[in-house]
Parts: sequence; structure tokens; C-alpha cells
Amino acid sequence: MATIIIHKDRCTGCGYCIESCVYNSISIESGLAVIDDSCQMCGVCSSVCPVDAIEITTEEKKDTNLSEYKGILIFGEAKGSNICPVVYELIGKSRELAAELGEKLFCVVLGHNINEQARALTGYGVDEVYVYDDPNLSVFKDDIYTDLIVDIVDNIKPSIFLLGATSVGRSLGPRIASKLQTGLTADCTALSIDPDTRLLLQTRPAYGGNIMATIICPNSRPQMATVRYKIMKRAEAVPVYKGGFTSLEYVADSIRDRVKVREILEEEEEESLIEANIIVSGGNGLQNREGFSLLEKLADCFGAEAAVGASRVAVDKGWIDYSHQVGFSGKTVRPRLYIACGISGSVQHLAGMSRSDFVVAINKDPAAPIFKVCDIGLIGDLYDVVPELIKELEKAR
Amino acid sequence: MEGLKILVCVKQVPATTDIMIDNEKGTLIRDGVLSEMNPFDKYAVEAALQLKEKCGGGITAMSMGPPQVEEALREAIAMGCDQGVSLTDTKFAGSDTLATSYTLACAIRKNGPFDIIFCGLKTTDGDTGQVGPSLAEELNVPHVSYVSKVISVENDVICLERCMDDYREIVELSLPILITVLKGTIEPRYPSFKKRRMAKEAVIPKWTAEDLNGSEERFGLDGSKTRVIKVFHPRSRDKGEFLEGNPKELSANLASKLKKMNFIK
Repeated sequence: MATIIIHKDRCTGCGYCIESCVYNSISIESGLAVIDDSCQMCGVCSSVCPVDAIEITTEEKKDTNLSEYKGILIFGEAKGSNICPVVYELIGKSRELAAELGEKLFCVVLGHNINEQARALTGYGVDEVYVYDDPNLSVFKDDIYTDLIVDIVDNIKPSIFLLGATSVGRSLGPRIASKLQTGLTADCTALSIDPDTRLLLQTRPAYGGNIMATIICPNSRPQMATVRYKIMKRAEAVPVYKGGFTSLEYVADSIRDRVKVREILEEEEEESLIEANIIVSGGNGLQNREGFSLLEKLADCFGAEAAVGASRVAVDKGWIDYSHQVGFSGKTVRPRLYIACGISGSVQHLAGMSRSDFVVAINKDPAAPIFKVCDIGLIGDLYDVVPELIKELEKAR
Repeated sequence: MEGLKILVCVKQVPATTDIMIDNEKGTLIRDGVLSEMNPFDKYAVEAALQLKEKCGGGITAMSMGPPQVEEALREAIAMGCDQGVSLTDTKFAGSDTLATSYTLACAIRKNGPFDIIFCGLKTTDGDTGQVGPSLAEELNVPHVSYVSKVISVENDVICLERCMDDYREIVELSLPILITVLKGTIEPRYPSFKKRRMAKEAVIPKWTAEDLNGSEERFGLDGSKTRVIKVFHPRSRDKGEFLEGNPKELSANLASKLKKMNFIK
């Protein structure tokens, strides 16, 4: 059984661990840290201990055949007969990782009328694309997709398997990981290879983006992760690259198919926000619903590439629809330009937009945290600044 | 039909996610210790209660974690669940989503079978949303995630509305199933003072690893395939420049910069 020990010779009784424990499991007795039964072994204390006095030991049971697993597999999520944009980001990152490992990059695509699109992925640096193209796969179904992908994994034995952290990937990933009995890290924002162990270092936000954790999967394969959209750089086409293409035949036998999709209702709106190159966003400083009409006018100055975003406060107050929410509980965006108007910049909001290429912040409060992440800051009332800015931008066009 | 056998999985989480790291010391500064039911789970409980009110049956709330999880279970009972079961053992400590799902699955096999298992969309602390689908796979039942509406349950066939990133779908399947419930389409009820007091008196069985008939090496940290090796504070960007002047000057200055950067064509 896993145990947690305090090395008494190293512990200085500094108490940093006490502050770090969410479970209140640590106290200091006679100058040394003591951990009680309520400990959940989350390991945070061990990670913050300045003298490495806290050690968690586990009964490490490695799967026996780890070395058989080689290469990176990515899930080539498709919608209708189109490959989803997150896939190109997965390819971009995976190519780097594959180069570092000196291993191959594979992609599995499931869908209907998808052969051509899937084949095109070989031009982005994928070494082998595996495709199931069948009418039964035209809509996403957790059961079927799980069984087919587990089958592919068992056959090609990749060391790493990545999915986009989309609604599909988040629903499918855990199911596959459980069937394969391997580890899965959700919503990664950074991936790299440990040069010593060659393990995948998976970094993700937790506690609403307030802390980041780096996670490994040392004893089982594949090392699985879902990867947040709009975080990794999109792959560019590699003109001379020619990967292989394998078309697989879908055989319904022994495939679970328990969910019947009766109807699909397309949502017309949104998605424009995630794809927008320029986002004008509003928060509490707008004070009312009408403020967003002003921001729409500002967005219009930038043409069709621009969209309107919002902080959680503005959405919670009902000034604008949830589909516009940027932040940890909303959308992650990575536009070329992000203009934050009357947004103070909570950690939750920053988690959704701080990777924008260029950030402009307009706020009356000079101490607003948004100014810490902006490239240009304007201190002033947005209702004074934005109307002037609209005039100036119209002049500049 | 004598009604549905319903299970809701809940978790006790810190009441605040405003956890910051002191960058100099590298320590976490946390305001709240485990102190409320995961807000997403309240929607799962509410959905379960509404289904029970429509179709009859009984609801069991289940939670794995430190002894404090009893609080989440009492909250679920105060909201209207019929009973609670806590899975508490130091052997469960350090569970990742895979080990958690396995442990819940063992307890469900012991207490079940259930017709419908409700889970919240995700938790506010770990924030993975993985336990629901993972648990469904452990139990080999189908799951439907992001459920926005339970449309009907008739003759063991359930019809649901599910909200994906950019489309909704109406799905139909036979029980038993597991669903994860989306936040926002229903409002969780607020338990009355009287119900809260009654829930305080409820006897909540506490199951340990020994009660579960599982393989011990799959519980807790030993059964977890992932390891946290580092925890740190997200790094902030370099400081930008502040423009000076009255609103007109500020705007003119900004507009010309944006023009230079080709944001305005």
C-alpha cells in the first residue's frame, strides 16, 4: 500500500506543507511535520517542501511490455466530412514530440465520407493515417468509437495517445483509458518529453486555473492526454512529406453500439468566437446589457474577423449569452488581438485569454490584474475611451 | 414498474478555487478546506430528484474520499436523496480518476444494480470530468455525457438531450446507463432547514476497502496510473506599456499602434 513518510532528519518544521494541504491533514509536533489519517496523498506537500522531507512511496507495478509501445497516436476527430481544427494543433505539437523521441506519428480518423480529408493529413507530417470510413460512423458515438480506437491502439501500440479536449474527446478519452487500463490527463496546456526518462510531461491547470500541475504516466501505456484547443500551434503543411494511408474495414461484430441517435440539432451561432482573429471583450465595467452594443460597434471597426467576448460576471448578470464567455468555465481563445474593456482580469478569465498574441486592456482601476497580462494598458473609463477609439479607428481605416 | 433504482455520485470539494501559490515560498495559500458539495454535483442530484418525482423509485448518494465526504452526502439527503453511502479508507487515498472509477464501480456492484447513475459534469477542484465516462466503462454500461434534459423514461428506454460543443442531439437507449449532467438547464433546490436537520440525523454507512471485494492493488495511489510530479503557479506575462493622456489622446495613440500592426486594414 502507498505510504507517505516524513524524513525526520530533513524536516525543519517550517510549516509550508501545512499551508499547502487542502485536507488539513498536517500539523507540527515537537518541531516536525506529522501527517494524519485524513491524508489523500495528493502530493502537493511533497512538491512544496523546500528540503524534500516528504516522500510518497507506492508499490510501483509496471506493465511488463512498456518497451513494445512506440510512436505517437492522435485522434483525428472529424465532424461530418471535415477534420476538426484541433487535430491540426495536435499534429503540430506531436510532430515536435515525435522528432524528439525519434519515433513515428500516427493518426486515426473515424467518420463517413472522410477518406479524402483524412488522406490529406499525411501532407502535414503524419507518418501513417488509419481510417474507418463507414455510414455507421457519421455521428459520434461513445461506444463504437471506444471499441474501434482501442482496437487500433492494441494493434499499433503507441507510447503516447492524444485527443483534443473537445466535448467528443472529453467524453471518449476516459472511456478508452479505462478500457485500456492506462492513465489519462485532462485538458493539458503544455506537453514535453523528459529527456532522461523519455516520459511525456503533461501540464494542466487545476483549481480553476489557479495552479498548474505536471503529471506523468510512468507504468502503463499508452500515456494518454486530452489537449486544450487553441493552445498548441497549428501544423503547417509539409509540401514534400508523404505519409502512408491505411483504410480499415468496419465490421459491426463485437462492437458495442447501445446508443441510438434520434435527432441532431445544429447550433447555428457561435464557434465564431474561438475562431475569431480579433476579440473585443467586456466585463463588469460595462454595467449593463447596452454596453455590449458599444463593444459590437468597436468590433465592427475590425471587420468580419472580429467577435465579441465577455467575462463570467457579464454572463452571470445576463448581459450577454454564455456562448460569448471567455475563461476557465467558458472558452479558451487565442486571437491575434484581444481588447479587454472593463474586465478586471480574474485568474479564471486570464486562463481563457492570456495566450492571445496581443492584449489591450481598458480599465479605470490601475490595480486591475488584467494590466499584468496586457501589452498595452489604457487607464480610463471605457465609456469615455471606447467611443473615442471607435471614431479614431474609423478615421484610420 | 416499481420505480427506478437511482444512484448519484457526489464529491466534497474546497469551497473556493481561489488557491494561490506564494511564488517566493512555493507554498499554496488556500482559503477553504473541503467544505461543500461539488457545485456540478448539485445539478446531478437535482436531475435525479426530478426523475424520481416523475417515475418513482429510490435514490442513493455515494461519495468516495476523506471522512468529510459525509457532509456532501448529508447535503444530498437534505435535498431529497433517500440514503447515502461513504467510501472512506486510507487505502483509497491518492486515487486518480481511474482508481476512483474502479472503487466506485466495486461499491456499485455491491450495492446495485442501478438503473441510472447520475454524475456531475466535472468537479471544481480536479476539473477533469473523467470519472463519469470512466466509471461507465468499468461497469460496462453505456454513458451519455453533457445531458441537458431527461426527456422520458418508458419501459426501460430513456430518451435524453445531449449538448456537444456545437450541436445538440436527442439520444435513446436502454437502461442501465450512466449520465453526466450539464449545469444550467435546471436549478438545484435549496434544502429547507427542517430537511437539513433531518439529514443530520441520517445514518450513513461507511464502507472501507475490505467491504468492497475489489483487488487492493487497484485502489488509491497504488491503483493510479498517473502521478503528479510538480505543482506550480501559472507564470504571468511580461509587463506591457501604459499609454498616457485624455481619452481622445489615448484612443488616437492606440488606433495608430493597431493600424501599424495591421489590425486595421
